[in-house]
Amino acid sequence: MQEGSPVFKSKTTAWLLLLPTLVVLLIFLYYPAIQSFVLSMYRSNLILGTRRFIGLDNFQQLFSGILAPMYRQVVLQSVVFSASVVILGLAISLAFAMLANQKVTGSRVYRLLLIWPFALSPAIAGTIFSFLFNPQVGEVNHFLNALFGIAPRWLDNPILAFSLVVTAAIWKELGYNVVFYLAALQNIPGELSEAAAIDGANAWQRFRSVTLPLLSPMTFFLVFTNLAYAFFEVFGLIDILTKGGPIGPASLHLDNAGLTTTMIYRLYQDGFGGTGSLGFAGAQGVVLLILVAFITVLQFRYGGRNVHYGGA
Amino acid sequence: MAVPAATPPAPARRAHRPRTRWLVHVLLILACLLVTGPILFALIKATQTNQVVLGPSLVPGPQLWHNIKIAWSSADLGIYMRNSLIIAFAVTFGKTLFSLMAGMALVYFRVPFKPFVFGFILLTLMMPTQVLIVGLFDLVSKQAPPTWHALFSWIAHPLAPTPYGFNWSDSYWAIIVPFLASATGVFLFRQHFMSIPVSLADAAKIDGAGPLRFLASILVPMSTNTIGALAVIQFVYVWNQYLWPLVIIRKADRQVVQVGLNLIISTGQQTDWGLVMAGAILALVPPLIVFMLLQEQFMRGFALSAEK
Repeated sequence: MQEGSPVFKSKTTAWLLLLPTLVVLLIFLYYPAIQSFVLSMYRSNLILGTRRFIGLDNFQQLFSGILAPMYRQVVLQSVVFSASVVILGLAISLAFAMLANQKVTGSRVYRLLLIWPFALSPAIAGTIFSFLFNPQVGEVNHFLNALFGIAPRWLDNPILAFSLVVTAAIWKELGYNVVFYLAALQNIPGELSEAAAIDGANAWQRFRSVTLPLLSPMTFFLVFTNLAYAFFEVFGLIDILTKGGPIGPASLHLDNAGLTTTMIYRLYQDGFGGTGSLGFAGAQGVVLLILVAFITVLQFRYGGRNVHYGGA
Repeated sequence: MAVPAATPPAPARRAHRPRTRWLVHVLLILACLLVTGPILFALIKATQTNQVVLGPSLVPGPQLWHNIKIAWSSADLGIYMRNSLIIAFAVTFGKTLFSLMAGMALVYFRVPFKPFVFGFILLTLMMPTQVLIVGLFDLVSKQAPPTWHALFSWIAHPLAPTPYGFNWSDSYWAIIVPFLASATGVFLFRQHFMSIPVSLADAAKIDGAGPLRFLASILVPMSTNTIGALAVIQFVYVWNQYLWPLVIIRKADRQVVQVGLNLIISTGQQTDWGLVMAGAILALVPPLIVFMLLQEQFMRGFALSAEK
């Protein structure tokens, strides 16, 4: 560790080097974070431009008041959505990365074709999917219509719309996950798997007891980056594909909000979507900040324990 | 520990049997189709004429250049692309530079309360911009304080709702300045610098090199992988940003391309899907080029060390 033996002594230079970062973080992250807490305790009237202090009223509304059924549904949807994107997405990505890691002719081309979506954005994914699955003119319905004479209303049926957003979100993130899994796989020494094979382990056993444990640090890292992706980055995809709709089925008590409305989408709708309830948006921001803090602490606490750190 | 991406196959590795090899090829082709299919579809649709594009045909048409030209000029895609390019380059450059500077200060300088300073930076990992948009919107969009007195009273009451701001709506500053600092960047550079032998820095100092010469002639050349990796991550991240530009930019001629795509979809009665697909493809090109160019650095400087 070099931290104990600083090379340069000038404190002025040190602060000058740190200043840009510290100032930007203080003004554009810390201050707005504090303001989220402040705003959550006010009721704003955008038209009159007035603000009134109401304490924890906004939170009370969200958790037990008139907005509670809506917010409960939105939280539930976010959790189901994120879990689906993380679990299915990582499983598929790992399978693809294992395939791309095989030594076959043309593997470089295969790899390139599998990792390029790293550059893909949620908005572009949403744009392409909204044409592909357009009920009238989309390719998928042309195909289904020709083969089976059906044309599902992908964006009007709540369950279909939810599945479509999950699918698009997973597809968009495949490149990112494959890049990281592939890097981790290439770091695993081949001899380990060889030794297990000599001991008579079949392919599945080798995967379960050699590859998977050695990949656990990477899986751990990817679970958290994918969680952040599913909670926040997917916004653009939802905004273009479904705008948070359609309203869920009443029979399942899911008719208090659009079925593809996640927590961040609802925050946007309340803060900027015309309803003009900045106080509620602020309160939702606080809920999300606490959630992120909780998950980050979990990540740092268990980062070093339940996972196997392979390699050097 | 960083094994280059293209490791030669270990000699002991068993070759696949022919049947298995076939299966691997088939599965790989299927995987590639799944990953690339939607983009191929968009690419084909971007070449078709208005009469064909809404039909089932997947035969490439003659209109790719025409669609791109129309999207570029009539649908303002050129303006959106220019805005995105300016912002992405500015943020990528500024963020990398600031992170490099901060990382250098944390490793090679005596900083009072160093753990506290580092903690202050790392804590922002818990503050995703998307969650902060309500507070950030007020801060960036409100009128600037009219007098010094107003400014001081604002600073003196940080816990009151933001009374003033930077008055930056509809300007590039709004999408550049808030993103110039990065906990991830500082963290990556700090880790990397700590792996460089301290004797190098000492030798440089004995040779009479000041901090700036040390930075320019030793640290930067030794950090190309980290710089490349960070540049890829930041460029792709900034280029793909959606929510913040959506709320803070109201004037179409300042909008970024990700939000611009949605504007092209919703102009007019009937969406011109050929145009939209051409736009989607174009919007994908710059981050794809950056990723392809810096892919090796990215793998060595970040992907392989992420698990550490």
